[in-house]
Amino acid sequence: MWVHLRIELYKIFRKPRTYLAFAAITALIVIIQIGLYVDGKEYTEFVMADFANSFAVDGKILNGYFICYVILQLLLIHVPLLIALIAADMISGEANMGTLRLLLTKPQSRTAIVTAKFLASVIYTLMLLIWIAILGLFVSTMIFGTDDLFIMKSSYVVIVKESDVFWRYTGAFCFAALAMITVASLGFFLSFFAENSIGPIVATMSVIIVCTILSTMNIPIFNVIKPYLFTTHMITWKEFFDFKVNDANEAIVGSIQYPERIIHSSIVLLIHILGFAGGAILLFRKKDILS
Amino acid sequence: MKPFKIVIVIFLFACISTKVSAQDVTALVMKVKNKLDQVNDYTAEGKMKTDIAFIKAPVGGVKVFYKKPNKFKLQRNGGISVLPKGGVSINIGNMIVTTGFTAIDAGVVDIGKVKTRIIKLLPNGDNNDIILSTLYIDEANLLIIKSITSTRENGTYEMEMRYGKFAEYGLPDKVLFSFNAKDYKLPKGITLEFEDTDQATKDKLKGKKGRVEITYSAYEINKGIADSVFK
Repeated sequence: MWVHLRIELYKIFRKPRTYLAFAAITALIVIIQIGLYVDGKEYTEFVMADFANSFAVDGKILNGYFICYVILQLLLIHVPLLIALIAADMISGEANMGTLRLLLTKPQSRTAIVTAKFLASVIYTLMLLIWIAILGLFVSTMIFGTDDLFIMKSSYVVIVKESDVFWRYTGAFCFAALAMITVASLGFFLSFFAENSIGPIVATMSVIIVCTILSTMNIPIFNVIKPYLFTTHMITWKEFFDFKVNDANEAIVGSIQYPERIIHSSIVLLIHILGFAGGAILLFRKKDILS
Repeated sequence: MKPFKIVIVIFLFACISTKVSAQDVTALVMKVKNKLDQVNDYTAEGKMKTDIAFIKAPVGGVKVFYKKPNKFKLQRNGGISVLPKGGVSINIGNMIVTTGFTAIDAGVVDIGKVKTRIIKLLPNGDNNDIILSTLYIDEANLLIIKSITSTRENGTYEMEMRYGKFAEYGLPDKVLFSFNAKDYKLPKGITLEFEDTDQATKDKLKGKKGRVEITYSAYEINKGIADSVFK
């Protein structure tokens, strides 16, 4: 299977659209960085307008950690669309080019072949996230420097000590990897139902857009299904940036306010991954490739 | 005629005693002011704890700079600090204003084990940001134990001081600064949060006084500070 995985990775990185995703992410992050470098003061003033009426904030709010938080907040909504470009093409692309039958003539089980394809799309997803981490976190800290992380939530403000930030990003990126692998497995699953690439890619994007809207809308009828939607759990990475306080409202450094939410969301996402990937493997084993 | 004379005598006595009392408290305020005037400048290091219901902030080191007559700067030793506007900048230079104010004796009260005289300072003009300042002064040691300052723009602030090693200069070891914190809300569209804050957290965030506590560990007094520090 290792050989087949290398072949699949070779195929992925031979496609121009693979680099399109990296280029799109680079462009988006650079645009955000330039925008905040030039007009970051206006941005923070806008976000903090209500807060600044009563409080004076002293310190370097616009630092690399804050920029990375903004980037993650914006990009993790859009990156799934870029992941769909590759993951939803894994099987349908072969069918479209007519290479699926040829592929299955290899002395490998169908399970091994499809697992290698899935792992290749997972590796691509992880590389995309590592690229976001390099540009969003490391380059941002090089350009903007570091300081405490100032986060404005809808009901309260969190200031995370500089020394307490990095491990939270490590956790957040690991969680984001889980969320993005869910998207990859959805695209991978849908790629079995079409013989051209466009259909599954558009279907994956549509599912993500519809589910995201349902997750965002605060309407009682949708609240029933919200806990089961993977898009609801994709933003749980933010929980890494909220900590517990003691009775005197003193921050407990190194703590997480709701670790159970992270565990719950991770389980929900893992179930989705297993469901989509397992479903894809089962379907592929029984897929009629003669017609 | 006799009762009328008695009324006049009582009235005159009341007027004189009020005048004498006002002079007494003004003298007391001046004594405290003179004590504080020993300090031309100081640099102090300490720890700041922010206790505001809707702000989660770690305890951090702060450095405070003061220079006569009214230059004051509080800076965190690295990191970001959030302070109520206008409030924490109240310092020994502007806590007592001895000109353009009328001092009124408002009695005596015990704060902890310390007997304090309550003095209300009313500004004479209309243009002052401070509407009313109430000082609780430890007469024996000439120390301000507590002050309540009502401002036009920034609400009412309460400061409680605890003294130790630097009491001879009128400088506190600990300052507890409390104020009424307004509710805070930011649209979910900006924060990109899907889930509602749970009820327990919402209840915790409501109707609580904000407090900033600064505990000073060391003062450097009258060593000279450049004006550039305050820019």
